[in-house]
Amino acid sequence: MSKLSDLFIPGLIALSFLALAGTELRAHPKDDPVKTHIAVWVGWSGFEYDAFQSVVDDYNKSQNKVFVDLLSITGNSTKTLISTSAGIPPEISLLSAAEIPQFADAGAIDVLDEDCKKYGWTEDKYVPGYWGVIQYHGHTMALPATPSTVALHYNTDILKRSGYGKPPETIEEMDEMVNKITKVENGKVKVAGFLPAEPGWWRWSWGPYFGGQLWDGKSKITMNTPENLRAMKWVESFSKRFGPAQIQAYKSGFGVFASPENAFLADKVAMEVQGVWMNNFIEKYNPKLKWNAAPFPYPKDRPDLKGHTIIEQDIFVLLKNCKHRAEAVDFLAYLQKQGPMEKLCLGQKKSSPLRVKSDEFWAKQDNPCIHLFDDMAYNKNCIATPKIGIWPEYEAEIGNAMDEVSLLQKTPEDALKAIDARMQPKLDQYLNRLEKRREAGK
Amino acid sequence: MMRRKEARAGFLFALPWLFGLVAFMFYPLLMSLYYSFCDYSALRSPVWVGGDNYVELFHDEVFWTCVKNTLIYACVSLPLSMVVAIGLAMLLNTNVKGMTVYRTIFFIPSLVPMVSLAMLWLWILNGDYGVLNTALGAIGIKGPNWLSDVAWTKPALILMSVWGVGNAMLIYLASLQDVPTSLLEASELDGANAWQKTRNVTLPMISPVIQFNMVMGIIGSLQVFAIPFVMFPGGTPARSTYFYATYLYDSAFTYSRMGYASAMGWILFVVILLLTLVALKLSNRHVHYGGV
Repeated sequence: MSKLSDLFIPGLIALSFLALAGTELRAHPKDDPVKTHIAVWVGWSGFEYDAFQSVVDDYNKSQNKVFVDLLSITGNSTKTLISTSAGIPPEISLLSAAEIPQFADAGAIDVLDEDCKKYGWTEDKYVPGYWGVIQYHGHTMALPATPSTVALHYNTDILKRSGYGKPPETIEEMDEMVNKITKVENGKVKVAGFLPAEPGWWRWSWGPYFGGQLWDGKSKITMNTPENLRAMKWVESFSKRFGPAQIQAYKSGFGVFASPENAFLADKVAMEVQGVWMNNFIEKYNPKLKWNAAPFPYPKDRPDLKGHTIIEQDIFVLLKNCKHRAEAVDFLAYLQKQGPMEKLCLGQKKSSPLRVKSDEFWAKQDNPCIHLFDDMAYNKNCIATPKIGIWPEYEAEIGNAMDEVSLLQKTPEDALKAIDARMQPKLDQYLNRLEKRREAGK
Repeated sequence: MMRRKEARAGFLFALPWLFGLVAFMFYPLLMSLYYSFCDYSALRSPVWVGGDNYVELFHDEVFWTCVKNTLIYACVSLPLSMVVAIGLAMLLNTNVKGMTVYRTIFFIPSLVPMVSLAMLWLWILNGDYGVLNTALGAIGIKGPNWLSDVAWTKPALILMSVWGVGNAMLIYLASLQDVPTSLLEASELDGANAWQKTRNVTLPMISPVIQFNMVMGIIGSLQVFAIPFVMFPGGTPARSTYFYATYLYDSAFTYSRMGYASAMGWILFVVILLLTLVALKLSNRHVHYGGV
C-alpha cells in the first residue's frame, strides 16, 4: 500500500508530461517535424483573427518547408517588446505603423530593403498612403497588413431632419451644421451634431486637419503654430458653445464602442470620424441606421487640404535576431501576393494596400463606402502619426491638452505652449541619447 | 551526523524556493536598481546616465501630478476602508440568525477580479443611466458625472476601493472572535456601555490586526493600479486619475523608458518603506499584544 502511495506523485508528474506531449502533438500535425516553425504574433481576435488564420492555413498547406504558428495576443506590442528584450522574439509581429520608430530606433526590427528588391515590394505596387507609413529614414521597416483610412461618418436621417442633403465640405459648413443639429434643452444636450472628443481616438489629428504639423521632421516640436492653435480653438469652441459640463454629462451617457449604445449607432451624435471597420459595427448593432461617409471637412481657406484622411495601418515587422529569418520572409512574400492579401483584407472587411485589386475583391465587399476609403489613401494630404520615437508620450500629452482645453481649464495658447515646453526637452534628450548610442555602436 | 543530514535535506527541499527567490526577486530587484541609473528601453542595452532619471523625475510635472493624485487617494481610501471593514466585521460578529449567509454576501465582492470590477463600476457610476445616480435621483439628489467630471473621478475611485474590503473584514472578524468574552463581561460589570466596551476592550484587543491591515493598506493604496488603468486610460479626464503606478507602467511599457520607470519604482519602494516604518513607530504604543 505504501509503495503505491509512493508512486502517486511521480506518476502524476509523468502523466502531466504525457498530457503536455499530447497537446504538443495535437498542435503540430504529423508532417510538421520536417517543417521549420515560425512564430507569428498578432493582436487580432474574432473574425479578424479567423480571416488571418484562414490565410495562414492556406500558406501552411501550400508548401512543405515552413509552418506558421499563429498566436493571438492581447497587448501584442508590449509582449513583442518583452520577448525581444529577452532575446527570444517571434519571427513576425503585427504592430501599428505608429510603433515603427520606437522599435526601429532600438534596432529591434529588421530593415527589409534587400528583401524589397528581391521580391519586388516597391512603391509602385502599393497605395501611396500605405507605403509611406512603412518607410523610416529612407528604409522599408515593415510590410502592410490590413490598412484603413478614416472618414466622416454621418447619419443621413439626422442631417435630413435638419435640412441637409449632403455632408459638410468645409469645417465652417460643419460648424454651422453642428449648431443647427445640436439640441440643448433645459441645460441638457439631447443630440449632438459632432463632438471632437467622440470617439476620442485621434485627438492628435485636429492640428493636421487644419494644416498643422506636429514636428519639423528633424528635431523640433511644432505644436505651437497658427494652424494647431486654430485647431485647438476649434476644439474649445464646442465647450464654449454647449458648455463643458453639458458635453461631459451627455458623453457620460454613451455606451462602449462595440455596443448598440455607441453614440453614433444610437443616434446621439450625427457625425463622427471613423474607419472602414465602422460598417461592421453598424451591421451588427444597428443595421437600420441610414449613414454615409465623406472625407473630413477642410478649412475654407485651405482648399489644398481637401480629401485629407488619417492613415491607420496594421503592419508586419520582422524581428531582429529571430531564429528563422528566411522562412519568415517567405511567409511575408506569400502574404504580399494579390490573392492572399485580398483574402485577408476581404475577411477583415477592409480595402487592400495593393494598388492592383481584382473585380471579385470589389464585388465581395459589403461596405458601401469601400471605394471612398481606398481613394482617400491616394490623397497627397494623408495624415499619419509623426515618425518620432517619443510619439506615445507626445500623443498622451496632446490628448491631455485637449482634455484641459475642452474642460476650459486652459486656454488653447497655454495648452500648446505647455506641450512644446514639456515635449521639446524630451525630444532633445531622446535624440541626444540616440546619437550617443550610434556613436558608441550600441 | 543525523542533524547534518536533516539540515541538508531541509536545504534541498527549500532549494526550489530559494532559487525562485534569487532568480525572480533578488535579481530583478538589483537589476532594476541598476537600470534606474541607465537609459534603458528594454529593447536596447542599458547605458549608464548616473542620477539623470532621478533628477528628471523631480522636474517632471506629470510625476508630481501622479504623486498628488496617489496621496489624495491613499489618505482618504485607507482610513475609510479600515473604518468600513472594522464596522462590517463588528456587525458580522453579532449573534444573528443566518450570519454565515451575511458573511458570505459581504465577502463575495472581494473575490471579483479587478478588471471585471472595473467594468461593473463603469455601469454603476455612469452619469446618465448608472445605478448609483438612478438611486440618488430616486431620493431627489442629482448625481454627478462620476467618470468624466474631474472633481468626482477620485471620489468615485475611493468609493470603489470600499468595495474590496472583504479580505480585511475577514481578518478583523477572525480577530474579533478572539477577543476574550471574560474581558467584555468584566467591563459590563463595571458599567461600560457598548461604545466604551468597543473603545476600551475590543479595539485594543484587535489592535495588532488593525496595525497589520493599516500597513497592508498603505502598501496597497500607494500602488493603486488595475481599476484606474482599466476605467480611465491615460488618467483621463485631464490626468485627474493618473496615479503613480499607472505612470510607472506607461513609462516602462508604453513609452519604453524602462530606466525611468525603474527610478520611479525605487522611489516608491523607499517611500512605502519609510511610511510603513513611521506608521509602525507611531502606532506601536497603541498596539497591545495578548500576553505581553
